[in-house]
Amino acid sequence: MNTEAKKQYTISVFTEDKIGLLNRITIIFTRRKINVESLTVSESETKGIFRFTIVIELEPSNIEKLRGQLEKQVEVLKAFYYQDHDIVYQEIGLYKISTSEFVNGDKVENIIRKNNARILRIEPDYTIVEKTGHEEETRALFEELEPHGILSFVRSGRVAIAKPMKRLHVYLKEIGKLD
Amino acid sequence: MLVLEQPFVETEKEVIASKPNTTGAEAVILSLLAENVDTIFGYPGGAIMPIYDALYDYLDKVKHILTRHEQGAIHAAQGYARVRRKAGVCFATSGPGATNLITGIADAMVDSTPLVCITGQVTEGLLGTDAFQETDVVGISMPITKWNYQVTKAEEIPQAIAKAFYIAESGRPGPVLLDITKNAQFEGCDFKYQKCRRIRSYLPKRALVPEKIAEAAELINSCKKPLVLAGHGILIAKAQEVFQEFIEKSGLPVASTLLGLSAMSVEHPNYVGYLGMHGNYGPNVKTNEADLLIAVGMRFDDRVTGGLDTYAPDAKVIHIEIDPSEINKNVKATVPIIGDAKEALEALLPHVNERKYDEWLAEFAECDRLEDEKVVQKALAPTTEKIKMVEVIKMLSDKTEGKAVIVTDVGQHQMIATRYYKFAETESNVTSGGLGTMGFALPAAIGAKIGVPHRDVIAVAGDGGFQMTLQELGTIMQNDIPVKIIVLNNHFLGMVRQWQELFFDRRYSFTDIESPDFVTLASAYGVKGIQVTDRDKLESGLTQMLESKESFLLEVIVEKEENVFPMVPSGASVSDIRLE
Repeated sequence: MNTEAKKQYTISVFTEDKIGLLNRITIIFTRRKINVESLTVSESETKGIFRFTIVIELEPSNIEKLRGQLEKQVEVLKAFYYQDHDIVYQEIGLYKISTSEFVNGDKVENIIRKNNARILRIEPDYTIVEKTGHEEETRALFEELEPHGILSFVRSGRVAIAKPMKRLHVYLKEIGKLD
Repeated sequence: MLVLEQPFVETEKEVIASKPNTTGAEAVILSLLAENVDTIFGYPGGAIMPIYDALYDYLDKVKHILTRHEQGAIHAAQGYARVRRKAGVCFATSGPGATNLITGIADAMVDSTPLVCITGQVTEGLLGTDAFQETDVVGISMPITKWNYQVTKAEEIPQAIAKAFYIAESGRPGPVLLDITKNAQFEGCDFKYQKCRRIRSYLPKRALVPEKIAEAAELINSCKKPLVLAGHGILIAKAQEVFQEFIEKSGLPVASTLLGLSAMSVEHPNYVGYLGMHGNYGPNVKTNEADLLIAVGMRFDDRVTGGLDTYAPDAKVIHIEIDPSEINKNVKATVPIIGDAKEALEALLPHVNERKYDEWLAEFAECDRLEDEKVVQKALAPTTEKIKMVEVIKMLSDKTEGKAVIVTDVGQHQMIATRYYKFAETESNVTSGGLGTMGFALPAAIGAKIGVPHRDVIAVAGDGGFQMTLQELGTIMQNDIPVKIIVLNNHFLGMVRQWQELFFDRRYSFTDIESPDFVTLASAYGVKGIQVTDRDKLESGLTQMLESKESFLLEVIVEKEENVFPMVPSGASVSDIRLE
């Protein structure tokens, strides 16, 4: 048994645009009993290449092995892993609250102002509030709004961009995966 | 935004085969012919019928072996692939046909065996509806295939098959699966075949890093107690010649992994034995005294390393391996050399000094003497009434001069066959190593014999494993495949029984197994056979089997409670190997 303390890692996996790759990638984690805390997929700045952003906790001695297993997949171009100080990252929270809460005094309005959140939509029955930030920030807003009744809440997975300046296609050319 | 102009799969410009106005099903067969496939192992069924129908017109160009179970088909394809070092091909229908391939796919994945598996699938419109014989085989096989893909259009077929062969055979080989929906098989298309030579996301073989070669040479030239761990990668890379040259120049002692056996003659003076749980005493004990391990095309499986905490504590490690994910996976490499074993050895050869390790080799010889006294002599001059498995293998080895292809099942007989058969020729060992698949030997031997018909192919199985796939005697019967079969019958699931004896207080929970009369059973399939129970009949029995022009089954009733030694108990240090 590995008794090493786990650390949080953000993994960026660059892949071809192929059906089934999501499954191929997630089974690498599930086989090793690694819980995926969040997963976001979108097309990268290079057309036809997709970026998976995956947040996990893992023993530091296993992260490089995991990266190797990801890159072993035929349709994976490259995988990187980062700790929080290596990246700029963000999440988005959406909060559905009763519109009547805004009518009864300015408490909710003040919470929204203080948290730099914004209102996306107002309907007679409900209002949707959006807050982008780190998980602690979206959670803090949740906790402040909760006494006023949250009808529904959703938080996105993490998206992250690495601080180093090298561009993906330059890197892929260097390792011979792009001409 | 950067826009990539290149197509996803780069194919040679040259069209090597074409036929206008054909069907997807015919395109499958034409694609296989373009890949020079000479044998397909398979079993038909509803969802693959159009492909079988197309095959019917090409039986003068490609052989199809109908097995008795899809597991038999895939193990046969594995046996073929292992002796030919090219992709074995198998067909199965959707649903149960496809799921019956799973064990073989998993086996091929872990033992780096190239396979192209083609399964039929229900028509595209029925996908996801729980249609008759619909199974998500792409989903099921994902963790155990190097690559897999579902084809739903006839026009995709040639490119998908070209890609399948390229991926299966390049880099670290492995199984791929193509699932072809029935509508794609029926659909019309214009067939054009181009070989796949490159996939941009996939680097099967990396260029060697000259600094790493120099660092490795320096370690090799300055070490005192080195040991080479020779793996399957040497055979896969066809590096046997340069490996021997490298060994003879550098003077390094060589130990083999289970799948590395027959990469080098066991009679070579630098060969010190076989690694792992039931390997030889010397290479296991000396691993923990070595100051340098040179691992070539092997992956430090737990059956080789024993407990990792105590493995090779004094050794620096040079790891030559084509699969980057194997580097530092189990054992940390001081100098990793990522690349093809043949290219790496060719690069290293001019930089290593001519050296001799007489004293160090003498220490291995001393270990051999001890193992011979404590284990081998006891096994060869037994006091038991019944024959011992070792006697059978020793006699087989002597009578065939170590030149046969030995296809083993899994268990005690496998460890004994691989320990005592004196592999004199290369590409002579076909076994299920990583997965340990009982039932592998008989079908794999069928595939191996078809792959190398000029060689003697001998399946060695226990009474347990043989009963897992013995229906393939029907395949031997129908196709007249002169495979020789030795069943070493100890009336036990012997390896599990041995562990029960050693680690579970002799509580023989469900390891005694009854068997039918194998000779009568074989004769029902038209396969001749005899049963030998007496020691003085063993030689004539073996002679009869070896001289038979047809398939022949030799059942030998062996000692019931024979144990395989030496043995490294599971998780123990390799230096704690037990001789008795």
